[in-house]
Amino acid sequence: MARYDRAITVFSPDGHLFQVEYALEAVRKGNAAVGVRGTDIVVLGVEKKSAAKLQDSRSVRKIVNLDDHIALACAGLKADARVLINRARIECQSHRLTVEDPVTVEYITRYIAGLQQKYTQSGGVRPFGLSTLIVGFDPYSGVPSLYQTDPSGTFSAWKANATGRNSNSIREFLEKNYKETSGQETVKLAIRALLEVVESGGKNIEVAVMTKEGLRQLDEAEIDAIAAEIEAEKEAAEAAKKAPPKEK
Amino acid sequence: MKLDTSGLESAAPVWGAPSELVDGFSVAPSFEVPNTTDFDGFQKEAIQMVKPAKGTTTLAFIFKEGVMVAADSRASMGGYISSQSVKKIIEINPYMLGTMAGGAADCQFWHRNLGIKCRLHELANKRRISVTGASKLLANILYSYRGMGLSVGTMIAGWDETGPGLYYVDSEGGRLKGMRFSVGSGSPYAYGVLDNGYRYDMSVEEAAELARRAIYHATFRDGASGGVASVYYVGPNGWKKLSGDDVGELHYKYYPVMPSTVEQEMVEVAGA
Repeated sequence: MARYDRAITVFSPDGHLFQVEYALEAVRKGNAAVGVRGTDIVVLGVEKKSAAKLQDSRSVRKIVNLDDHIALACAGLKADARVLINRARIECQSHRLTVEDPVTVEYITRYIAGLQQKYTQSGGVRPFGLSTLIVGFDPYSGVPSLYQTDPSGTFSAWKANATGRNSNSIREFLEKNYKETSGQETVKLAIRALLEVVESGGKNIEVAVMTKEGLRQLDEAEIDAIAAEIEAEKEAAEAAKKAPPKEK
Repeated sequence: MKLDTSGLESAAPVWGAPSELVDGFSVAPSFEVPNTTDFDGFQKEAIQMVKPAKGTTTLAFIFKEGVMVAADSRASMGGYISSQSVKKIIEINPYMLGTMAGGAADCQFWHRNLGIKCRLHELANKRRISVTGASKLLANILYSYRGMGLSVGTMIAGWDETGPGLYYVDSEGGRLKGMRFSVGSGSPYAYGVLDNGYRYDMSVEEAAELARRAIYHATFRDGASGGVASVYYVGPNGWKKLSGDDVGELHYKYYPVMPSTVEQEMVEVAGA
């Protein structure tokens, strides 16, 4: 096995692309990111490592927009993300220029995934070390979508998904608790999912909300308020569980 | 490999039939030189002669019910009518039409190519391409061949998600969105009739009759237009050919021969 994980991506005898798998490892070490799709809204939440005192936190935005109606969050190597995001942004504008229409979420996801795949089949390059969560609304139809891509170049649509650190536990939580929601309920679900693995508080989470009108980053105070609501609901549920036996 | 210099050898012998005196004596090697004094300009003349001055009449307009597309069917090479039955309305796909004006080969090839690109777009994106997108694809291709002699003056008409669409695209790279267009040597005559009779809320029959009349009048006055006036309608369910009438017959339909009153009759005179 040791001989099949060199710098270029080639197959191992048992059909693995080790470089791609190592890229997935890099993703697993990255910040947790979660996306939840509602009926009229899509929410992205990302774990924020506590900012150094002297660092200007506004320059480390983890959720970025690719166009007016599409946003992206990722887990993994942030430097690779910058390159991929720039290419995607150019493609969004190029599409507007050639067919006079904004991209659909599926189109730009396909483009990003295609780019990630290209780097697994080219000489002298390594795969991008990140998985992306892409959200947006399709022009004209107004349908909200959530897609995920990974370093191998595969992509698929999701109702809710997580990537990065502890993504398995978040996904388990989502599978248990997902239901069709809209508006603020979707935001709460996304934050609840993220709080499973992240310390509570607006300091440690970055949340952005995509509606038909566009992308809106929630500020710390808002996130704190919602987190507090969630805490209160949790306590009420705990209390309700404990109370009935006593009443008997 | 030895260099092939056969092209440099003069084809004609020197001054008439070879004789023993002249045998062996050949002209200095040179390639064929065109028989003209203006070496720089002679090619322009040839291109101008061949370049069809877009001898045709095509028109299209958007109205309440959709898009009406019509064209004649004459192909001319200078003063020679090479065909009276050319299909100038090209079916790009079941919901989009293109019209042909300019070089027939150029129009046919690039419309076919556009059809391929539209189909690929459908397969990749799981939805039909818009008329805007299709016309832009064609315009970008034609722009990249700008100055290389393509001659295309076409209208892309179709029905997509946003309703009826009509664009004019030409080989200079121009692309215009509009409600009424006419392209070709007969277009001034067609515009006269079309602009006069146009109303946005016409029925399909009225619009078809307007289109037919406009083509007929253009073929009446323009020598490079004639043959058959085809009329197509593009609606929400795609295009449909409505009619194809010979313009000669249309003439007698619009202007039937009236028996004129005879003032003096010639009478047979019996024997003198």
